[in-house]
Amino acid sequence: MSERVINWFKYASPQTFYPLAGKLIPWFWALAAIFGLAGLTIGFLLAPTDEQQGEGYRIIFLHVPASWMSMFIYLVMAFWAGTGLAFNTRLSGMMASALAPTGALFAFLSLWTGALWGKPMWGTWWVWDARLTSELILLFLYIGFIALQAAIDDPRRADKAGAILALVGVVNVPIIYFSVKWWNTLHQGASVSLTKAPSMAAMMLWGMILCALGCWMYSIAVALMRVRTIMLERERHTDWVRSVLGEKE
Amino acid sequence: MHWNNVADFLAMGKHGPYVWGSVIVMALLMVAEPVLLRRGRKKLIARLKRQFRVERSETPADSRPMIVPTGRSNT
Repeated sequence: MSERVINWFKYASPQTFYPLAGKLIPWFWALAAIFGLAGLTIGFLLAPTDEQQGEGYRIIFLHVPASWMSMFIYLVMAFWAGTGLAFNTRLSGMMASALAPTGALFAFLSLWTGALWGKPMWGTWWVWDARLTSELILLFLYIGFIALQAAIDDPRRADKAGAILALVGVVNVPIIYFSVKWWNTLHQGASVSLTKAPSMAAMMLWGMILCALGCWMYSIAVALMRVRTIMLERERHTDWVRSVLGEKE
Repeated sequence: MHWNNVADFLAMGKHGPYVWGSVIVMALLMVAEPVLLRRGRKKLIARLKRQFRVERSETPADSRPMIVPTGRSNT
């Protein structure tokens, strides 16, 4: 048990985490490709037509994973930001910074695919209802976090300022998630027409889950890539960066 | 297989532009992100290597402590 704790702390240092992340990245890319291809095959080639929405419902296989990721990445980012604030660990702030752009990407994709789904189904690209508006606020929170960090030269101070913004913004995530229950919105519940035919439900659900897993693996791979670059940049005055870049001995 | 032919698949009922508009933008961005990251990383590594080389070439000529801190973290 105690060994495990020591191991965790070992990887909390950029010097030890850097090579580990490097080894993990190809595996996450491979998993992203496998899950993504499987999910898209089911979603776009095998899944039957939706009774109500026709073929247009297939946007669900992109929209739902993107939306889930945009919310989940925010929670993870806020977790790392909070950890950094509480324990003053270097890696935490770097992880939060590495996640923000990917979270923003998924928030944008959620809005984009949502608009393209909304137009044929609701007759409008956009409506100021609770679900859509709170997702837009999430995108602004990500952009605000990135901009705030970019505006502060000292990375440790940037981490702290960003962490406070990230933690305050966390309140928005349950608002997005429960908005369809709390308010009367145009946005449908997650389960399109999953209850209609059991075989169809299983196929759609699997497509969605696999696509979501693909997006998870993608996010981890990309976040690890970005955190490695951030590590090199921030730790450039250290010996370990020199030896990593082959500039020693 | 749900589709009878490629034309049906591309048409997506009447929703082709909406579905493919989503797919293409999502695919483009999810390809662009790692490509840009890779490029940024290569640039950074090249910059750091250049910087280290300059520092190393200056060190033997000047035995005084360097102005630029090396070998220690200032964070």
